[in-house]
Amino acid sequence: MSPIHDQSYRRYEGKREPLGRAWSVITRAGIRSTLSRKALIALLIVAWIPFVVRTVQIYVVSAYAQASQVVPVDAKMFRDFIEYQGIFVFFVTVFVGAGLIASDRRANALQIYLSKPLLRMEYIGGKLAILVTFLLFVTLLPGLLLIVLQVLFAGNLDFLRANLYVIPAVVLSSLVRVLVAAFTMLALSALSKSTRYVAILYTGAIFFTNSMFVVLRIITNSTRAAWVSITANVDVVSDVMFRQAARYDTPVIVSVLVLAGLVAISLSVLERRVKGVEVVK
Amino acid sequence: MADAAVVLDHVSVAYGTNAALRDVSATFPKGAVGLLGPNGAGKSTMLKSLLGFIPPKAGRLEVLGINVADRPLEVRARLGYMPETDGHIPGMNAVTFVAYCGQLAGLPVSDAMQRAHEVLYYVGLGEARYRNVETYSTGMKQRIKLAQALVHDPDLLFLDEPTNGMDPKGRDEMLELVHDLAHNKNVNLILSSHLLNDVEYTCDHVVVLDKGAVAAAGSIDQLKGPAGRVFEVRVKGPLVPFIEALRASGLECKETEEDVMRVFVPGERATPGQDQRRICEIALATGVQVRHLRASIPTLEDVFARAIGEE
Repeated sequence: MSPIHDQSYRRYEGKREPLGRAWSVITRAGIRSTLSRKALIALLIVAWIPFVVRTVQIYVVSAYAQASQVVPVDAKMFRDFIEYQGIFVFFVTVFVGAGLIASDRRANALQIYLSKPLLRMEYIGGKLAILVTFLLFVTLLPGLLLIVLQVLFAGNLDFLRANLYVIPAVVLSSLVRVLVAAFTMLALSALSKSTRYVAILYTGAIFFTNSMFVVLRIITNSTRAAWVSITANVDVVSDVMFRQAARYDTPVIVSVLVLAGLVAISLSVLERRVKGVEVVK
Repeated sequence: MADAAVVLDHVSVAYGTNAALRDVSATFPKGAVGLLGPNGAGKSTMLKSLLGFIPPKAGRLEVLGINVADRPLEVRARLGYMPETDGHIPGMNAVTFVAYCGQLAGLPVSDAMQRAHEVLYYVGLGEARYRNVETYSTGMKQRIKLAQALVHDPDLLFLDEPTNGMDPKGRDEMLELVHDLAHNKNVNLILSSHLLNDVEYTCDHVVVLDKGAVAAAGSIDQLKGPAGRVFEVRVKGPLVPFIEALRASGLECKETEEDVMRVFVPGERATPGQDQRRICEIALATGVQVRHLRASIPTLEDVFARAIGEE
């Protein structure tokens, strides 16, 4: 390679990466650029405060067994922890996800991306991985660390032996929560060029479906209509994973189908909207 | 075809019910080829189809011997595309943006960064390479689009209206760059433009598109020098009957901005002065005075006008 001061154009004879890795370039650049926002760092730090609280809880119960009657460390505690992290999932999704595709659409970047050797699915996958990485950082990672800390503080594997399903439950419930949020947000981000509008749209989708559920609950005096709420569906699935009593009357299969449908619709939207050329009909 | 950069075989592309390319068959040789045509002729659509953005309704597209439908990623790995409209990755400075594009095209991180610095100097953005792309002027945005298309050293470059929105100086510099790439750096390129001078200055071959079909194709020299001559004519008197009479006798006629008509006389010249005499006789018959009559060099404009039947 000749030095930079050679200002003429030269042919490139170095090595090239194999095709199919462009998604990781998108993800790396996206994570780097997102981490440069101080507000996000602050949000991520705040998102770990519940982890600190639960760590103290686990330590206290390990040190003073009688404390478990007040603040028990069981599968429900892990379920509650993942559920409470849902609020941070919401904020991180809005903060990180709203502009993922909307900004590219506003800057006409899709034609640049897709003129490179990458598939549309690679582009979508790369963008999805940015959001999923941050969301798992506030759900799965602290959830698994809590299990590790429980074992360390207790000094034995008794809890795990008795509740081995907690590990897959933490993993799966985190993944469900994260993937539903990430796919929904990415699809909404592909629908508009305005990050702010996308953020409002996502907030509206979450709060509107929850409000609908609340209204139907009051009208019907039953929780069978929990399937209309995105977060309630995630909670129903989460209850089953943690082997907890169902808090709503909606059958789990209905909630699974609703969430799968939401992801399918999101994929369909992404397939239609992420294109190298925008055809105005 | 071994020497072909691009081959289109009976390609039809439509947006809904609106046909953009109609059964187009064309071969773009290696080197610098101009894709010429008025706005809406289908030039950008053709480039986007070759990139795989718009699948054709019918026909086969081949780039550097690779079928676009079968192996679009391999095609795009060897292409550089400078789009017509502004485009950048938000929140990046120029060098980061170009290096990022290099990485997307498969260059390792360090090579991509080094190439980014080099191509930014080459396109004249060396001093502004740490500025955010969003703060660039229109001319600078055109240059950075060229830089991102070049960073991975493509075998074939698609330039879609590269001088759009540029001031005269910037336009000349951009054309110099394109000319240098094609003629000194041996980069194959297809330059899509509705500006005849841009194509004539930078390209050796041309494909003229009109209403989604190929109106003419070949080397510019061949197209400019068919069996026929061009004359500059200025007359005084009733212009319309004169033009009609010229056309009726098989001569092609095009008015220019300078009030000078360009008259194309097809066929081989029999004797010196015969063409001039013929024009004067038509002028006499229609009652106009010939004030200026001079043999001219055929330009791409003549080829273009003949190809699309423009008056």
